[in-house]
Amino acid sequence: MSLAHRIIPCLDTDGERVVKGVNFVNLRDAGDPAALAARYNIEGADELVVLDIAASRDHRPTFLETIRRVAAELAIPLTAGGGVANVDEGRAILRAGADKLTVNTAAIRNPPLLTALAAEFGSQAVVLAIDAKRVGNRWEAFVRGGSVHTGIDAVEWARQGVDCGAGEILITSMDKDGTRSGFDCPLTAAISRAVSVPVIASGGADTPETFLEVFSGGRADAALAASIFHDSIQGLGELKRYLGEHAISVRQTA
Amino acid sequence: MNIALVEYGAGNLPSVERALSRLGVESRRASTPEALAGCDALILPGVGHFGALMRSLGERSLVAPLREAVSRGTPLLGICLGLQAMFATSDEAPGDAGLALFPQKVSALPPADRLPHMGWNQLRRARPSKLLEGVPQDAYFYFAHSYAALDAGEAGVAYCDHCGSFVAVLEQGNVFATQFHPEKSGPVGAQILSNFVRQADGKG
Repeated sequence: MSLAHRIIPCLDTDGERVVKGVNFVNLRDAGDPAALAARYNIEGADELVVLDIAASRDHRPTFLETIRRVAAELAIPLTAGGGVANVDEGRAILRAGADKLTVNTAAIRNPPLLTALAAEFGSQAVVLAIDAKRVGNRWEAFVRGGSVHTGIDAVEWARQGVDCGAGEILITSMDKDGTRSGFDCPLTAAISRAVSVPVIASGGADTPETFLEVFSGGRADAALAASIFHDSIQGLGELKRYLGEHAISVRQTA
Repeated sequence: MNIALVEYGAGNLPSVERALSRLGVESRRASTPEALAGCDALILPGVGHFGALMRSLGERSLVAPLREAVSRGTPLLGICLGLQAMFATSDEAPGDAGLALFPQKVSALPPADRLPHMGWNQLRRARPSKLLEGVPQDAYFYFAHSYAALDAGEAGVAYCDHCGSFVAVLEQGNVFATQFHPEKSGPVGAQILSNFVRQADGKG
């Protein structure tokens, strides 16, 4: 008996439609979020993440409606975020039906936001998302959808974020995102060793072997992927069977 | 049947409502002592902080009515923080009294594994359970918490092992509770809710 490693499909949206791109650019339409959510709920996803990568203020009511539509399809946990800058915006996302929220740019600019969110909703509801890229011999955090270089050490920031109240880390490798060349295991392992909370690896998902690598050498507690699931390149059931056969604890579904 | 979710200003009510609705069970919300008194069965969902939950219940004058409903034999299902609220006290809020349906306390899980305990885990069954009827032994349930009851005496019917052992399912007479979220636990979670509704309906 042990905690299962989670497989988490991610819906990057423009607020309303699922979009996808490589290295955070060249976005194209990839479907209706509620329809994809319904599919993943049945196919055995352990959790779903839905992000508003446009995160414009005018668009927020549309995204909240998207969260409601997605939540209505799920009997599994839902994490949502994108542009959350204060406690009220966090509350709106949770009230719309998310169980957890992600925070990224605003937390780097104002780390006490994590403390305020954890005090209000509990650490278990606060996921610190970090977009990291290799710079020299370390990884540095980028914000605003990967467009702004902060110069902050990603591993050190993860540690500080947990001290401030984050209950989980979602680490996205910008070097790997969209490349289908495997997760960034050294980055994920470095984050995982630095913190006591669960770590979700993101960016680079491809074959079942890449998931096995990030759960073993990468020390990830959960792995997130988008296009390989949206495009049916990888089936969730088949992926979990493979991992189970390779001694990774996963929740097998019918 | 008249089944109500206790509404105290927090807690994830819509997801529990949707899960019941998928079973064909319509629920309502009860946020006053009068509303609680008229129910055939009660569900106390919970996310967040023990102290905040107990203070919210106190501000709405719901603590005594909840205890009275249990004394009258009204079936009650606590979920996650709703399970923890049934105990006397919690490490999370040492100054705040719980519902004290059980004399033990809720403890901070020791940091032996990753915390929060977040994700899908299996159960170790200790006694026959009505909530777990028809649920496969190796089923996974969704947990998201850092505090737990380590002991509930005879009421502890199933345990989970993460940072040591803690109570995952609790049953005593008309009182039922799960540390995991059945409303987030896929088909096996739906089975748990269905089993509770059947108990509440007197068909158990």
